[in-house]
Amino acid sequence: MRALVWIVEDTWQATVAEAAAHLPADADVTLLHVADAEAEGVVSAARHALLGRPHGASRAGVEPLPAISAQAAQELLAEALSSLGRPAKLESRRGRIEREVVAAAEGMDLLILARDGERERLGPRSLGPPARFVVDHTPCSVLLIWPDDAPALATIPAPPGDAAPPPAASR
Amino acid sequence: MSDGLALAAALVILAATLAAAVSRARYMSEAVAAGGGAVVLVAVGAIGLDRAGDALRTLAPTVGFLAALLLIAEGARREGLFEALGAVMARGSRGSPRRLLAFVVLVAAAVTALLSLDATIILLTPIVFATATRMRTRPRPHVYACAHLANSASLLLPVSNLTNLLAFHASRLSFARFAALMALPTLGVVLVEWIVLRRFFAADLGRPGRSSAQPARPRLPRFALAVLALTLAGFALSSVLGIAPVWVAIAGAAALNGPALASRSANPVALVRTIEPGFLVFILGLGVVVATASANGLASGVRDVLPVGASLPDLLAIAALSAVLANLVNNLPATLILIPVAVAGGPGAVLAMLIGVNIGPNLTYAGSLATLLWRRVLRAEDSDVQLGVFVRLGALTVPAALVTATVLLWLCLQV
Repeated sequence: MRALVWIVEDTWQATVAEAAAHLPADADVTLLHVADAEAEGVVSAARHALLGRPHGASRAGVEPLPAISAQAAQELLAEALSSLGRPAKLESRRGRIEREVVAAAEGMDLLILARDGERERLGPRSLGPPARFVVDHTPCSVLLIWPDDAPALATIPAPPGDAAPPPAASR
Repeated sequence: MSDGLALAAALVILAATLAAAVSRARYMSEAVAAGGGAVVLVAVGAIGLDRAGDALRTLAPTVGFLAALLLIAEGARREGLFEALGAVMARGSRGSPRRLLAFVVLVAAAVTALLSLDATIILLTPIVFATATRMRTRPRPHVYACAHLANSASLLLPVSNLTNLLAFHASRLSFARFAALMALPTLGVVLVEWIVLRRFFAADLGRPGRSSAQPARPRLPRFALAVLALTLAGFALSSVLGIAPVWVAIAGAAALNGPALASRSANPVALVRTIEPGFLVFILGLGVVVATASANGLASGVRDVLPVGASLPDLLAIAALSAVLANLVNNLPATLILIPVAVAGGPGAVLAMLIGVNIGPNLTYAGSLATLLWRRVLRAEDSDVQLGVFVRLGALTVPAALVTATVLLWLCLQV
């Protein structure tokens, strides 16, 4: 079995714990991190929006952003690997996050990812756009886990119509 | 040369200059286009030598002021101010992305107000990106916050934005009066931005980053902070003391860069490069080109459209029209075009115009819709920015920020 574990900055511990607890011992595990090219793009786009200013390579004393991302990703993956406690391949990509994850899942049997989005408003749109895209388009089975405790059943709202007045009595 | 022909010549050169600035073509820099265009306009008699000289004399103090401000920002960077701000934000937010966003909004607003929007974009935004990445939170909301605040928080002081500097000399306001009138509008705009950003990026801000590394203790650059505080005090007291604020800026720039130059830890050539000589030529040339167009009919055309009263509806109309013009032709040319007309309406009209040209560019990350469309056409876009995100964020903040700032300005003008 080939399993891909998507490591995200704020939820990686839960994902790694899930992988450590439930993947079979002979599974071929890959830990994946994707750096967000959009955020880097905003920084350079804002600079380019300054009309008439010089626009060479980055200014002296300002570290190039891809290097910062790459180093942070390397440290994160190393920490995730030691927390997983078994051998795994490490894969680091950068680009549009959701598309890179789907591309990396090609040829895998299982993708493990944590929910993103807002926990306070669970419902049809409560997955964030990246996880929604990945769940919809990944070419293998997907295990979607709660990054924190799963919500209690009592948090489910009443079905529509329950609060409405009872239908008029039939004659 | 007839007025109509002179106006047409000036507008063609203005369009060519903007095209050069937007396309970043290698064979024609925007400085060459603007400077060469100004020379051509004088040579063909579209503008008299004396009037071109007047335009340059009016712009010269602004350009000198700008050069001093760029040197102050560079000195602050060399002293480690921006790394220190990154460390303050990382420690203060204690792993919480929401707290980090609040810090980023505050710090970006302060850096923009004091050191200008260029400093926020060029020097602070990469530090914010690095801070968020190392904290293991998603950098997206925080870099968008910087890009937005660089425009919208640039209302506060005459030094916060080049547009303000250009209008400041024409408005005849004192530095302190300008700041007093713009303080509440700036505060209102920053609050609007913070509320919208928090909501807009809620999905990215929900969970604390899981990092085991402790953020480093910030080492505050005391010398740079002291010089900045003294410079600010000098600006505030400049009218009382009877010195032009530009001299305060020059003194600040000298204090921050002089010691490093003397001890050879700063390279003079690199220092000249930080004042961006090409950019200064670009502004001077642009000033002459726009002055030619204004003198030959553009100003009277603008006068027909732009109200110059100080009533609330007038101020709102000025801010809205200025925002539209900034999006049509970018905010530097827009400011140069609007100043001669807005000045006739007094300080209220000038400041409402600045609210429009400073906040308006947030509708698109490229500074103006026109720039954005041009880049698309020329395929000069080199980044992964999702256009939709920026435009939606702009649509949520810009109208609210424009109205908030203008209403608050109107209130401040009543006292």
